Amino acid sequence: MRTSLLRLVSQRLLIGLLLLLAVSVMIFIGTQVLPGDVATSILGQSATPTNLANLRAELGLDRPAVERYFDWLGGFATGDLGKSLANKQPVAQLIGARLENTLFLATATAAICVPIAMLLGVISARYRDRWPDRVINVVSLSAISFPEFFVGYLLLLVFALELGWVSPLSTVRSGMSFLARLEAIALPIATLTFAVLAHIQRQTRAAVLNVMGSAYIETAELKGVRPIKIIVRHAMPNAVAPIINVVMLNLAYLVVGVVVVEVIFVYPGLGTLMVDAVGFRDVPVVQTAGLIFAATFILLNIVADVVGLVANPRLRHPK
Amino acid sequence: MSMSELTHLQSLVQGHRLSRRAFLGRATALGLSLTAAGTLYGKALKAATPQRGGTLIAGLVGGETSNSLDPATFASQVPYWFGKSWGDQLIQTEPGTGAPIPGLAESWEGSDDVKTWVFKIRSGVTFHNGKTLEGADVVATIERHSDENSKSGALGLLGGIEKISADGNTVTVTLKEPNADLPLLLSDYHLIIQPDGGKDAPAAGIGTGPYIVEVTEHGVRYAAKKNPNYWRDDSYFDAVELLVINDATARAAALQSGQVHIINRVEPKTASLLKQVPGVVIENVGGKAHYVFIMHCNAAPFDNADLRLALKLAMDREAMVQNVLQGFGTVGNDFPINKAYDLFPEGIEQRLYDPDKAAFHYKKSGHSGSILLRTSDVAFPGAVDAAVLYQQQAGKAGITIEVQQEPGDGYWNNVWNVQPFSTSYWGGRPTQDQMYSTAYISTADWNDTRFLRPDFDKIIQEARGELDRARRAELYRAAALMVRDEGGLILPMFNDWIDAHSDKLQGYVKDGSGEQSNGYVMRRAWLV
Repeated sequence: MRTSLLRLVSQRLLIGLLLLLAVSVMIFIGTQVLPGDVATSILGQSATPTNLANLRAELGLDRPAVERYFDWLGGFATGDLGKSLANKQPVAQLIGARLENTLFLATATAAICVPIAMLLGVISARYRDRWPDRVINVVSLSAISFPEFFVGYLLLLVFALELGWVSPLSTVRSGMSFLARLEAIALPIATLTFAVLAHIQRQTRAAVLNVMGSAYIETAELKGVRPIKIIVRHAMPNAVAPIINVVMLNLAYLVVGVVVVEVIFVYPGLGTLMVDAVGFRDVPVVQTAGLIFAATFILLNIVADVVGLVANPRLRHPK
Repeated sequence: MSMSELTHLQSLVQGHRLSRRAFLGRATALGLSLTAAGTLYGKALKAATPQRGGTLIAGLVGGETSNSLDPATFASQVPYWFGKSWGDQLIQTEPGTGAPIPGLAESWEGSDDVKTWVFKIRSGVTFHNGKTLEGADVVATIERHSDENSKSGALGLLGGIEKISADGNTVTVTLKEPNADLPLLLSDYHLIIQPDGGKDAPAAGIGTGPYIVEVTEHGVRYAAKKNPNYWRDDSYFDAVELLVINDATARAAALQSGQVHIINRVEPKTASLLKQVPGVVIENVGGKAHYVFIMHCNAAPFDNADLRLALKLAMDREAMVQNVLQGFGTVGNDFPINKAYDLFPEGIEQRLYDPDKAAFHYKKSGHSGSILLRTSDVAFPGAVDAAVLYQQQAGKAGITIEVQQEPGDGYWNNVWNVQPFSTSYWGGRPTQDQMYSTAYISTADWNDTRFLRPDFDKIIQEARGELDRARRAELYRAAALMVRDEGGLILPMFNDWIDAHSDKLQGYVKDGSGEQSNGYVMRRAWLV
């Protein structure tokens, strides 16, 4: 079992690396296709053709695209992420702080949202078609139907401005205590929970109900096992695979897709850095941020696969 | 009713325009008891004198992760504001008149032929790193910004400088041709005097200003603490903090909840709503900034003078000010100078919306078919709405305008100054000479109306070196009329700067030269 699991994981990791390479090429092509480049962004209005040419030569932008790509790749592979073309700061430093913030928000949101969603899913499966189920379904569907900016502004209005419970700015800075940070990101967590809850809750419900139709569940029912115990001890382990897939997908979204929330609550995360960098055509920053996003997706998918495997003995011991 | 009357009386006291006796008299007439009136008077008077202490927190739009502390790179509002806290220029401008007043230069004098200027630099001023300010630092700063290879935003301003040298604390500038406005040019926000010009450490943020840089997180926040050795006795805060808040709603929310004391770029649409929030004061200041619809005079169909005139007459400027600026602005007259400029030519007839005359000129031009207007909300807030409004106004004159919304990203590379009919904005310049030289003389890089007229260039050049004010005013009048009647500029409105601040912030001085009290709010205001 161990060797096959190990082999599986290493296989997936290798494919993941190849995927990352492909992603880096596509991002690079994307930045080249956009009009303008970092030279026009830096010089802005004072860009005359000679100034542009000089700046491009200085930044090495006059070399062919292929050469620049491999140059960057070589540096990246050896751990040198390069310098931001905009303000000459090391990319690692620039991204490091933002990545920390993004991961903090994602983890905090996940820690709060996933257990709640799964619990609600279990409850709606237990009381299927009765009023708890209906209420939970309606509430979660409504929550996910509202766009994030609407929910965000609404929460801002009610909790930050009208009630004054939290501050409208979620700016976290170094030196803040853990509790202070959590308090600062209360509204972003709430907004993201709205967006993410329904998917996990409904998938939990569907997966559990799917398994509930099996013969062994019927046996447990006939034996007189309590319904909740049936769900948690007998049905869930087999339902875990699809649920984990959805959880990981949403976790990846929490890292990658929360630019709107970052803008509304002024949270210094990776999303706004990426948007700024693309707008400025700051290729090293865009590449590194893009690869981090891709790596997040790939890693979380691998985790989902592995958990699904471990939870299902039949897949562990193929016969 | 009497509540606002009382506040008005208090503000008069703060402005030293009402004596104690007069205040008591009027307050008691409104129904207050003598003791109550006396207390209110005391409070008003206290609020008029600067109080030292506290941390000013500003929430501003216009900061990006790509910003730097190097003044040569300053192109958006956040670096501009923060620069004014840690850096000084040679010359500053007086709020209200825009006249040059001493900064790091104590005094200055121009030669008779206005080609040589001598500046006396203040002595006893130290940089934040302890170095004493000398004339050599000034020379090095200007050299760095005027170097052909520099990418400084001030490069265009300093092109007329032939030679600059220092002798102790006296700096002599020799120009290639006469320019009576040189002192004003040196008040530009890029020209912060740095130790040795900042040649070896341009982004170190070391200056002579009232606050010393402590925290720099580009695109997120900045912090600075009071400089105990500042050479002037203004600047009353212990520390200053700048939070970058690019989202307009978040900015307003931050002000409302008391998280920040002052914000910039309040949208006209929300300004009237924000005004009603208790504890919030809206400051709208008329300045030189304006919004434009620009046509290329050398590209068909705009090379036809009748068509240009028709399009100018088809613009309802009052409606633009009401709908796009919500009243926070004034109408423009198709030349880029307004009352805020020194030597503004008075009495030029205001062009009005005249669909009949527009139709007449349109027919005379012989043009048929639709005219393509490109726009985007990055040109100015509400530019797309303005274009659609203009389309309807022009429609009444029988002119068909097709509005094409362009993507914001790349607008300044691909549309403005490239396509023949588009929308844009200007922040204005300190002098008429600079405004015309930046955008209307035939050699200007940013001549976005392709107004190529050697006779116009001659007028501007003559005015530049003319010391006789009456003659200069005459020349600028001729220039204004030329741009108004023959140029490719449709200028419907001058927009106000709209800032908003908490009522805990006192001493905000209205300065039309730029937003946030021309960026000097951290030196002029105080917290109560």
